[in-house]
Formats: sequence, C-alpha cells, structure tokens
Amino acid sequence: MTNPKPVSGPQADTAEPPAETAPRDGGPVRSGWRMLLPTMTPWLALGLVLIGGITLFGLIGPHLVGDPGQIRDQGLTGPSAEFPLGTTQTGQDVLAQLAHATRGSLQIGFIVGVLATALSAFFGIYGAYRGRFIDEAFSLLSNVFLVIPGLPLVIVISGFVPRESRGLWTIALVLALTSWAASARVLRAQTLSVRNRDYVAAAQVSGERPWRVITVEILPNLLPVIASQFVFAVIAAILGEAGLAFIGLGASNSSTLGTMLFYAQNGFALPLGAWWWFVPPGLIIALIGMGLSLVNFSIDEIINPKLKNLRLHRKRARRAARLERELARASRRSGQAPDTDAPAAEEPTR
Amino acid sequence: MTTTPAPAGTAPDPRARPVLTVEDLTVVYEVDEPVTAVKNADLTLHRGEILGLAGESGCGKTTLAYAINRLHRPPARIASGRIAFHDASGDDIDILSLEDAELRAFRWNKLSMVFQGAMNALNPVATVRAQLRDTLLAHRPRMTRKEIRHRSEDVLRRVGVDPRRLGSYPHELSGGMRQRVMIAMAMLLEPQIMIMDEPTTALDVVVQRDILREIVRLREELDFAVVFITHDLPLLLEISDRIAVMLDGEIVELEAADRLYRDARHPYTRRLLGSFPSLSGSRGAFIRTGVDETETPAATATEEPS
Amino acid sequence: MTSVQVTDLVKDYTIRSGLKRTRLRAVDHVSLELTPGRTVALVGESGSGKSTIAKILTRMERPTSGTVDVRFDDGTPVPDAAYRREVQMVFQDPFASLNPFHSIEHHIARPLRIHKRTGTKEETHRSVLDMLERVNLTPADNIAPRRPHELSGGQRQRVAIARALAPGARVLIADEPVSMLDVSIRLGVLNLLGRLQREDRLAVLYITHDLATARHFSDEIVVLYRGRVVERGPSDAVILDPHHDYTKLLALAAPDPERPGRVASDAGPVDRDAIDDGVCYDHFTGRWREAGVPAAAEERT
Repeated sequence: MTNPKPVSGPQADTAEPPAETAPRDGGPVRSGWRMLLPTMTPWLALGLVLIGGITLFGLIGPHLVGDPGQIRDQGLTGPSAEFPLGTTQTGQDVLAQLAHATRGSLQIGFIVGVLATALSAFFGIYGAYRGRFIDEAFSLLSNVFLVIPGLPLVIVISGFVPRESRGLWTIALVLALTSWAASARVLRAQTLSVRNRDYVAAAQVSGERPWRVITVEILPNLLPVIASQFVFAVIAAILGEAGLAFIGLGASNSSTLGTMLFYAQNGFALPLGAWWWFVPPGLIIALIGMGLSLVNFSIDEIINPKLKNLRLHRKRARRAARLERELARASRRSGQAPDTDAPAAEEPTR
Repeated sequence: MTTTPAPAGTAPDPRARPVLTVEDLTVVYEVDEPVTAVKNADLTLHRGEILGLAGESGCGKTTLAYAINRLHRPPARIASGRIAFHDASGDDIDILSLEDAELRAFRWNKLSMVFQGAMNALNPVATVRAQLRDTLLAHRPRMTRKEIRHRSEDVLRRVGVDPRRLGSYPHELSGGMRQRVMIAMAMLLEPQIMIMDEPTTALDVVVQRDILREIVRLREELDFAVVFITHDLPLLLEISDRIAVMLDGEIVELEAADRLYRDARHPYTRRLLGSFPSLSGSRGAFIRTGVDETETPAATATEEPS
Repeated sequence: MTSVQVTDLVKDYTIRSGLKRTRLRAVDHVSLELTPGRTVALVGESGSGKSTIAKILTRMERPTSGTVDVRFDDGTPVPDAAYRREVQMVFQDPFASLNPFHSIEHHIARPLRIHKRTGTKEETHRSVLDMLERVNLTPADNIAPRRPHELSGGQRQRVAIARALAPGARVLIADEPVSMLDVSIRLGVLNLLGRLQREDRLAVLYITHDLATARHFSDEIVVLYRGRVVERGPSDAVILDPHHDYTKLLALAAPDPERPGRVASDAGPVDRDAIDDGVCYDHFTGRWREAGVPAAAEERT
C-alpha cells in the first residue's frame, strides 16, 4: 500500500477535511425522508387544522349525533338548542346529516385519491422507465383518457349503471378512471427526467434490477409530485362526487355532502330561506378544498425549491437593498460636498 | 479626484493609466449568518490591459465581477468600498453613487460583461440582427438604420463571424459561434472595459483557443481593458498581463503574469500552479510541486448563495 | 484480473427530423485493448464519440456492430452475470451521479449486496467503512450516514469511485472523472485513481479532453476525432511528437504556461474540413493506416 509519490509522503493519503457543513449539528443524521416534509408555515398549519378538524368531524361526528334519517314533525326549523343546525323539511336533524355526509364525502375522496394515484403512478412511471413500445402504448392510453371529457362521461356511466348497483365503489371507480390520465402525463415527464440522471445509470451499471431502480432510486425523488397529485385527486373526487350527487346520479346507498345539497335543492331550501340546510354542506366542501389546496402549496415548495427560496430570500433581499441604498447615499453626499466636479462627471453617461 | 492609489501589483507599462479603481470593496450576502463573499478587495485596472482573475468555485470572483458594475442581486450587498471608473475623456465616475438611470447608461456603454454560459443567454426566438439592433437602439436611440447595419456587420466581422450570419437564429449557430456573437454584443458600444466571466469554459479546447486569440487581437486593435475570470490558471498565464488570485473572497496575490509563474509568493498560488500538469514539461513534473490527495478547506468552503 | 478487447466498434444513431431519417455514425470502427495495470486515455472533443464508447463498455448501449470481449486472466470469457461486477464506471458529474435521496452508505452498500460480497448487516457496514477509508474519506463512520449534498465535489467523486470499486471491479471506465471538480482537487482525485489502480491492478480507460492529464496519468493515448481513432501510441510519443493534424491542433490549443504570450502569435483558426479523418497514425507500428475501417484490413501506407 505504498504511495509512490516522492514528496508528499505520508501526508499524501490523509483525508480531506470534512466539508464545512459537518459540525453544524451533532444530532442524529437526517434521513432522506426528512427532506420530503414541507416546512411549517402559517398557511400549511391552517390547511392541516382544517383538514384535521373536518376529518375528525367525519370520523367521530356520526357516533355523537342521532339518526340522520329520523323524521319528525318539526319541519324546517332554524338552529335551536335541540337542533344546532336546524331541521330539514321532513324534520331530520341537519347536524346529524352533515356528520354522516362529511364521512361519506371523505370516504369517496380518499378511495378515488388512492385509486387514481396508483393508476397514474403505474402508467406514468413504469411506462417512462421501460421506454420504447411500452411507453408508447401507455402514453397513447393516457392520452385517450385525457381527451375524454370527464364529467359528461361520468354522467353517462352513472346514468347507465342501474340505480340499485350504483354504490359507493362504483362511483369511486368511475371518478378514478376519468381522473388519472393528467397525473400520469406529469409523472411520465418527471420520470423521463429522473431516469436520465447519472445516479440511475450508476445504479443500472452496478447491477440493480429494474424494479429496484424504479422503487428505490426513482420513486423517492417523485414522492412530492405523487403526494401533490394525490391531494389534488382527493379534491377533484370530492367536488366531482358532489356534482354527480347534486344532479341525482350519486351513490344510492350512501349519503354525501352532494346528496345533502341535492335534497336541499329538491326541498326548495333556497326559496324558503332555509340557509341552515344548504350552507353547512357547501361550507364543508369549500373548506375541504381550501385546506387541501393550502397543503398542496406547501408540497409545491418541495417540488420546486425556488418557491421556498423566494419566500426566504425576499426579506433578506429587502434588507440588503436598504443597507446598500444608505451606503450609496452616504457615498453621494461625501462625493458632492468637497468635490464640485462630481455631478459634472456623471453628465456624459446620460 | 486624485485618490487613485498606486497599483497593488506592478504595472507592466509605466505609461499605463488606470481605467478602473476598486478600493476596499466588501460584498456581503445577507443570509442568516451573513457571508462575506468579497473582503476588502483592492484592484486597479489599466487601460488596454488584460487582468486575469483566478480562483476556484465559491472564492468570490464572480461576485466581485458582478459588484463592479453593480449587477449583484440581493441578498448580496456592497458593504463598503469605492469603485471609480476613469473615463477616457478624463472624467471620473463613482459607480456606487450612480442613480438607476445613470447606471443603466453606464453599463454596456463604458463597461460590458460576457457572462458564464453566455452563449445560452441569446434570445432563441430573435435573429442575431434583431438582438444587436435592440442593444444599439437601447443606448443610441438616434442611430439610423444604415448605421446600425454597418455597426452590426462590423462587430461580427471583428469577432470572426461571417456578417451573413446576421439573419441566423441562435440555435442555427454552434456553441463557439454563439459565444463570439456574445462577445460582439459586448463590444458593440465600444466599452472601455469588458468583464469576461469564464467565457470559454463550456467550449472545446480548440474553439476556446480561437476565441482567446480573437480577444487578444481585438484588445490590441481597440485598446479596451479586459478582466478575464477563470479557474484555468495556465490559460491566464498565457493571455494576461497581470493576474489576481482570489481565495475565500480575498485577493491573495496580484502580480505580473510572468512573475507570478516564476516566483509566486502565496502558498495558495503555488498550490494552484502545481495543480496543472505541464503538457510539454518532463513527465511527472507536477508531482514534484507537492500536490497530494488532500483537499484544502478552501476547496470545500461554503458555496455562494444564489 | 480482467482484460478487455474492443474490436471494430461501430455505433449508429438514427436522427429523425420530420419524415427524414439520417444516420449518424458516432463511433466508427474503434478498436482498443485494456489490460490489467495499464491506463488507456481516450482523448477527444465533445461529440467525438468518447462517451458512447463508455456506454457500450458498461452495457448501457448496444453497439451496432463490433465486439467487446472481456476475459479473465486465465483466458476464460467473463459470463454475462458477472459482467457488471467486473466492469464499472465513474461518471463525470459527481453532483448528478449520487442519488440525493440516499445516504452515502446506501450508495456503497448496494453494489456490495447485489454482488454478494457481504452477508450480515454488520459485515456490510464494516465493508462500507473500509471502502470509504480506501478512498481517503475519513472519519468513515462520520461520512457514511451523510447524504450527498453535505459533501464537497471532490468528496462525492471519491464516493463514486468507492461505489465503482465496491463490487470488486477489475475494469474501470472513468468518464471525465475530474472535469467538473475544482482545479486544486483534480490531481488529488487522479492520484487516488492511480493508487487504487496500482493496488488492485485495474485496467482503466480514462476518458478526457485534457491532454496534459492524459499524458501524465496514462500509459497509452488514443485520439478520437469524429468517431474515428486518428492517432494512438505511448502517451509521451503522442503528445510530444504528434503526427496527425488533429492531434497537433489539440496539443497547440492546450494552454501551456511554459510559452506565455503564445496565443497572439498562433496561426489563425484552422479549417476543420482540411483535417483528414480518414487516416490514423499508430506509434506502435510507426505507420499510417486507414481510419474507420475494420482492424483486420491491415496497414496500408
């Protein structure tokens, strides 16, 4: 193990000093997962609180309220101590309905989110990684699904399926099938870019199997994109289902925020001024969308660190600019006072 | 203004007049823990001189170049110092006190810059002719169409590009050709100083050679001063009159090129010189200069925040 | 020990623009030999086909024609299953060749596991630390759990070298291993490669555009121009006594502080079309031969 270099001698093989980042914190080493977590901002916190609160309401609420279907003779009464959100035309408790409907909508959103993300990940990532024929075929398939107009197809399919077999899963499947294609296109583009990076080539050269290259080397670098698409798919599914249910094509055996609005519409809640009947479900839908969007903005910052730097640097940049202006002003003052030529010197530059 | 100090290095030419004086320039990046990218830099650039600025990534050489014509972006800021431009007409301009409009007029007119990777800075959807015309019109709004055409053809010819290429789009030109067009653009308004930040790093050696030859020749014809920034010390030794070596934001050595090569004082300069194996020297010559497998802390120093 | 015999390598790329298809020959009948303990430098500009040869040698691309014959010392051919163990590569850009998501340990442990060089977890961990120490990354137990962005360019390239050697590679393809690094680190990394080569008797293909380092770090230089070998020979002979016009041009273009002020006195730009890429000078035989033809069609004056 002798080093033949004459002068450098024993020192030649010493290590280079660790990079300056080394001693910063002696704590446990941060894993790769850590960098996938967004930084906490007020907006992200608000989004998480909204989502958490609504989810909790959907999970626990149904156990605390009475039977949402129970018909009473106190139809269409406003909020009171007994019924905090009033009653419907047929005397049903709006709060109880709301709790069950929130649970139903979240269920649909979650199922569709998982299904659509799985479909887009498979068609987007696997196709792009394999390239050639498989990529062409998968691309064609997602392009076809992309140009199919989503809502009309959903209406047609939902209308075609007989009402009794039009359950929660059927609706979820229909929504998932019409919403994965755009995400698959994005994932394909991202995969193509990651696939051409040297570390993927290095993994292939060192003999990794294709599925390991995909799941261990490529997938982690796509996770923020996938997470963002999942969140987006959930929003789209909840809104889509609400739209379907509102026009009467929703799941037959479950109650969602959309079906609530459908019954409110049929019960002439609006002309009768029964705001407690249609405002709560509408508000919940809006808040779910808002919360998930806020979470999504934070995920965007991971995908595109420039957004984050923008926020971080804006303040610093302002301070630097102000300090520099002061310096320039001071310099101008000192330059003008003793030396009357200074303004003239600047003249020819105009 | 008689504040021009004696040049920090020895001027090769006794009749040399300074065209740019940088005194005690400090540039700070206002991040959580402020980073001083350039520390108390003193620099004098003489008329018609090629001044090499050597250093490795993160040493502050690009920050210094940007600060000279105040192109640095916040969070970078000039914390102290003076930059004086000595116009050919005999007037002095204090660059740091220029207002925005004056600064715009000053840049490119008196001092132009060729950026790193500049060949990709051309607008891909405009012809070379349109881009040269826009630059001319921005600074000389009263130029006639004929004058613009003559001037454009002239600068292209000077950098060794066929004027027939005026109608080409950037993607129709090779990398070397695009870089020449950028240099043509930088000399369009006959500036007295050109700052070139790694102008040839992305090019192949042979093309790089052609462009360097062009720069040296143009300098002799038009008598502008060049600040040539690169990490390639052998290249600087060949083309520049004086060389400044930067380490961690400080100019550690400023010396005439031949003296720097034969008799470098600062250990870092010697180290840099030893990093380049000689092409024609005896085999293994570089090893005797004592370069080992280690890295200096300077090499791993913090990168400039961008 | 393993050696590589590359014979008449040809690689064509099809370029589609609209309906037109043109064929671009990136590598044109290139032959070269890598033997244990020797470094061959492959010198050329971007677009000369250097990287294509590297990709073919590491089996990331298939050649259009020609053979790559890899054999153990006893003459038996290396089976496909062992190819990735024997032939490894160091990539140009240390910032791109390490996965930002994974720790340094992962990068070195994976090849060890794939090629079954370790058993238990502890054994792997110890081997990883050993590898890191071999490439002078100490303290190894401090470096191993870090992630690539916490290391400097030189340190990353050392990790990349350790990863390439981890499977027990005997043939190393180094594709511009130092061109992205700071100048003061370059010699350190090259010296490291040189030391590892001597220790393991590696066969190294050093791909570069830098004539000076090619001369000092290789035994043989092969000059590539437009996909063809235009000059080959012992490194000193090729650099100090270039025969082919293109090699002369390259040698002239490399900065040389021994001759200051040479730029201005150079002859003007050289007409590329005047360079004959149809001939090749071989310093070993001392004769010219045709370039871009099968090696079997022996020397003609």
